[in-house]
Amino acid sequence: MSHKVIIPIGPYHPLQEEPEFFRLYVDGEKVVDIDIVLGYVHRGIEELAEHKHFDQIPFLVERICGICSTSHPLAYVNAVEDLAKIKVPPRALYIRIIIAELERIHSHLLWLGLAGHFIGYNTVWMWAWKYREPVLDIFEMVTGNRNHYAMMKIGGVRRDIRDQDLPILKKTLDELAPAVDMFHGAVMDDPVIQARLKGVGVLTKQQAIDWCVVGPTARASGVNIDIRRDDPYAAYNELSWNVIVEKDGDVFAKTKVRILELYESINIIRQCLHKLPPGEIDADVKDIPAGEGIGRVEAPRGECFHYVKSDGTNRPVRHKIRAPSYMNVASNKVSVIGGTISDAALTLAAVDPCYCCTERVAVVKKSDNQKILNGWDLVRLSQKKTQDIKKHIFVNTDIRGLHTDGHG
Amino acid sequence: MNIEEKIKDALCSRASGWSRHSPKRVYFSVRKEDILETAKLLFKELGMRFSIASATDTPQGIEILYHFSFDKTGEIFSIRVLLEDKKSPKIDSIAPLFPAAEWIEREMWELLGIEFSGHPNLKHLLLVDDWPAGKYPLRHER
Repeated sequence: MSHKVIIPIGPYHPLQEEPEFFRLYVDGEKVVDIDIVLGYVHRGIEELAEHKHFDQIPFLVERICGICSTSHPLAYVNAVEDLAKIKVPPRALYIRIIIAELERIHSHLLWLGLAGHFIGYNTVWMWAWKYREPVLDIFEMVTGNRNHYAMMKIGGVRRDIRDQDLPILKKTLDELAPAVDMFHGAVMDDPVIQARLKGVGVLTKQQAIDWCVVGPTARASGVNIDIRRDDPYAAYNELSWNVIVEKDGDVFAKTKVRILELYESINIIRQCLHKLPPGEIDADVKDIPAGEGIGRVEAPRGECFHYVKSDGTNRPVRHKIRAPSYMNVASNKVSVIGGTISDAALTLAAVDPCYCCTERVAVVKKSDNQKILNGWDLVRLSQKKTQDIKKHIFVNTDIRGLHTDGHG
Repeated sequence: MNIEEKIKDALCSRASGWSRHSPKRVYFSVRKEDILETAKLLFKELGMRFSIASATDTPQGIEILYHFSFDKTGEIFSIRVLLEDKKSPKIDSIAPLFPAAEWIEREMWELLGIEFSGHPNLKHLLLVDDWPAGKYPLRHER
């Protein structure tokens, strides 16, 4: 291939929470192959966990990710409670769900904002992050922190939700619901966004099964899995909600799944606030016996998996952690290939990875006429495609007064 | 016939050491020669999802657990394989069966020094490319 060009993406980008490096092989505009390079933030947490005692590990695994910072501790305590057969007080289980679902809301809003930015809808970005803010305020009120809530512990939770906080929680949810309505209308019904996102970065159902993707990435491709329903932890078996499944597998379907899941999370938290049982929040666990256990959590990005093995001392002999992005990011190998460079940043971002995107982008040609693009050029390419679509739609259909934002 | 009976029926004496520690967590052992066939049975024929594999350095050898999730019932079936030869542990790669196993086998290769024969692309995943040969961070004796 005489025109084969290699585009390195990453490893660092200030917008994203984790660095990762993608090497795109392109032929003209088309992506023909991709290398994914990991390890920039490999901190040896599994090894570190072997040197901490069981009660220290929630604080350690909480720091795996700033966005799903409650999913890892929750999966870990689920694993240890499976190992030691610990019965957790019901009130603690409901508090766990409230924290986990609030986390899903803020995580999905964060992603929605970034996706909006990638396609040049900076108003969506600003809106999404604006409505994410009250959720973080709630976290601060309930847990003391906007991130890294330190709520999970083996046998329960570390803090109770006070009665006087309940009306504020309810009020925040009541105010959030119309904002989600607005996103639903403004994003899902917008002809430009539909034209921009439909058919882009498709992951077929069979590919989703072969790559074992999880969470919204799987559900957008028609794979009907959700750990909350399939292997209920905490008190999910006492609540009712819908698992959102779409079949197209493109970026639009992934967006739709996440927006609709916002409603379900609000619904779940409302049920929890309504049913919140009184009583203890901690089982007061003393010793962890020898044995092994597996804990799973439906994190905002999908199944989060922890395996813990104990030999009866106060430290685990093995703690295996598998974050959902580990499965989802690998599937970019199929969803990016065949698309164009202008769709690459968006497709890579559509699995909502803990990844790093478009900073330090260089186009490397084998010939001597090398060309270096800076970090924003891929985003700009993506935004330009949206503008082209917008122009095309407005010229051809002459729709006036469409609810699109006024970015430049 | 439930899913556990189907596995027992298909593998007969090749699967041993069955334990159901809690209602949805099933562990069983196979010999390393049978891993490809067992993984194929669970993934291709019974329609399970590969969650992940975890390897542990134990006094008896390197132990690998392949965790398969049966999402219809929420059960996890963990296949246990013991590689007794700690000097040069070796097992067939399951990555040719489904690509989802590629990364974790690369990870177990670099962190515990397990050789996966038949892996399409056995190179460093998390560690740097010039990581010293023979140094395995998750081995207990160093």
